[in-house]
Amino acid sequence: MEKFERLISNYTLLETENIDTDQIIPAVHLKSIERINFGKYLFSNWRNEGKLDEIEWPRNGTTNKVLVAGSNFGCGSSREHAVWALSDYGFKVILSTQIADIFSLNALNNGVLPIKISEELYRHLIKLNNTNCQIEIDLETQEVILDSVGKKEKFKISEFKRECLLNGFDTIDYLVSIYSDIENYEQAR
Amino acid sequence: MKTLVEKIWDNHVVKMLDEKEAVIYIDRHYIHEVTSPQAFDMLKEKGLQVFRPKKTTATVDHNIPTLKQELPIEEKESLKQVEQLRQNCKDFGIELQDLGSKHQGIVHVIGPEMGLTIPGSTIVCGDSHTSTHGAFGTIAFGIGTSEVATVFASQCVIQSKPLTMKIEINGEIGKYVTPKDVVLQVIAKIGTAGATGYFIEFSGNVIQEMSMEGRMTVCNMSIEMGARGGLIAPDEITFSYLEQTDYWKNRVADFQLQKENWKLLKSDQNAEFDRFVTIDATEIQQLMTYGTNPGTGIPIGSLIPNQDGGIDYMQFKQNESMVGIPVDYVFLGSCTNGRIEDLRQFASIVKGKQKAENVTAWIVPGSKQVEEQCRIEGIDIILKNAGFELRQPGCSACLAMNPDKVPTGKLCVSTSNRNFEGRQGKGSRTILASPITAAMCAVAGEIVSYKEFELL
Ligand code: SF4
Repeated sequence: MEKFERLISNYTLLETENIDTDQIIPAVHLKSIERINFGKYLFSNWRNEGKLDEIEWPRNGTTNKVLVAGSNFGCGSSREHAVWALSDYGFKVILSTQIADIFSLNALNNGVLPIKISEELYRHLIKLNNTNCQIEIDLETQEVILDSVGKKEKFKISEFKRECLLNGFDTIDYLVSIYSDIENYEQAR
Repeated sequence: MKTLVEKIWDNHVVKMLDEKEAVIYIDRHYIHEVTSPQAFDMLKEKGLQVFRPKKTTATVDHNIPTLKQELPIEEKESLKQVEQLRQNCKDFGIELQDLGSKHQGIVHVIGPEMGLTIPGSTIVCGDSHTSTHGAFGTIAFGIGTSEVATVFASQCVIQSKPLTMKIEINGEIGKYVTPKDVVLQVIAKIGTAGATGYFIEFSGNVIQEMSMEGRMTVCNMSIEMGARGGLIAPDEITFSYLEQTDYWKNRVADFQLQKENWKLLKSDQNAEFDRFVTIDATEIQQLMTYGTNPGTGIPIGSLIPNQDGGIDYMQFKQNESMVGIPVDYVFLGSCTNGRIEDLRQFASIVKGKQKAENVTAWIVPGSKQVEEQCRIEGIDIILKNAGFELRQPGCSACLAMNPDKVPTGKLCVSTSNRNFEGRQGKGSRTILASPITAAMCAVAGEIVSYKEFELL
């Protein structure tokens, strides 16, 4: 996995609440047996219905690395394809006032940072609507920083996952390294 | 003083990583064709074997057709996923319930049927409705493909300890009110994100009196509240269900021994939950959703309460009732309501009546075993006489990855779990309801509750 330390970027705003993973990537696109090239299917139904602005949502992906979305982002199906699509499209950070549990873990396992922000910060980001506003994400200090308006907010993620992201470690390697603990557990039952 | 969730959790901690996060041992892992191929790849990339292949069980369900399953799958990409699963299971020594085998079916229907979902265990699957298995007093939750790979590699996942919520449902339940109505009511009350971060324990006399099928329907939809899972303490109803499964039928002595341990699986009397919710069962009516999230359940015939929740997409209007709106499709099936009890209920309503001409109905058993049981009980004949056809097991129109897709703009009364935009096919409009309600609408050809249905 790629290391994640600090990131500065513009953001894309999607104010809809309860964006479920069926919207992020409709089921008809889950038939691939690979992990690549899902970006072109991101929000494909909404895109085809003209619900997404073509300028803000270019066909070939975005240079904005941050997506700011309405509450309960990523609810519904556990499909990791949703994260593969977001990441392939260009997003490396998701900010929302509530992010679904399975989605959050899937994101972290793919080097995408799901950050739960306050209602106040969310409102603020809507108000700014990206006008000359770069957002900074510092995983080391666990802060979302809006330099231009002098705003900062702390966030929390799992300590283990933070270590993994900062160092580019992967969960499987760690678990393989503790095989003896796992075998001991099995024997002790 | 511990809750049942805490007891099972603590029992499966291999190693604590900090005060919240732990390496958790998984007793049972279910897989299917859609979320597993990339996980096998992750394993192969690292040159690893499946650590405990006997603890994983595979089936094909998500994208298979529900007619002519004896013939080769026509859709090329679906076939490829199925064949990939066959190859992977062969290469890694995993048992597969393939098309044509005795226990093929929806992953959350077959696990319990086979007797593999047992009280006190931890269960995962690359599928959010893994919460279904909580009905047996298990910690069961959905995981993504990366975590499927970690289970392959180590039989473990890394997760943080959940918060706990108790939902107590007491009171007498009305006629035509089913477990589906109960859980839709709970979701409407808690909200679609209200249980994010929590594990729910369902209790109260309504739950205690419910069959295992009903309990599975309730736990199945815990995820629609954002919960990490939902469970119910095992009891005699649980034990007699298990006793009749293939696995335990042949292990009678072991079963009796296990049962004594399972009986201890309950929350301590004074255990503290992080949140406690009560629901008055006498208020629960026959429900139906009006919007595009599962939290929009209202009594059929009451007025659509607000402008949000996706009523524009649904082409409904605020302050109007849904009764009388023509129905295009009816779907009976899914891991929520594709069990034998659901088929029985559907059949009991349509028996001696006729399907409305304007309705296309898909009646899809959750598993081979359910299909077989329908034939034994003559449910297939009842359905046939009423103009319905019993199809073959799979997820079908629940997520429309196979040919069973609701066309754009068409309205479907569905017994599945999600009414998200386009879930049942691009542009499809979904109303979630119970098997009884679905049957009444299929006969009436329009939206009805039992009140209108009885006048037909
Ligand atoms: S029936 Fe529907 S919800 Fe259940 S496993 Fe299949 S696709 Fe998922």
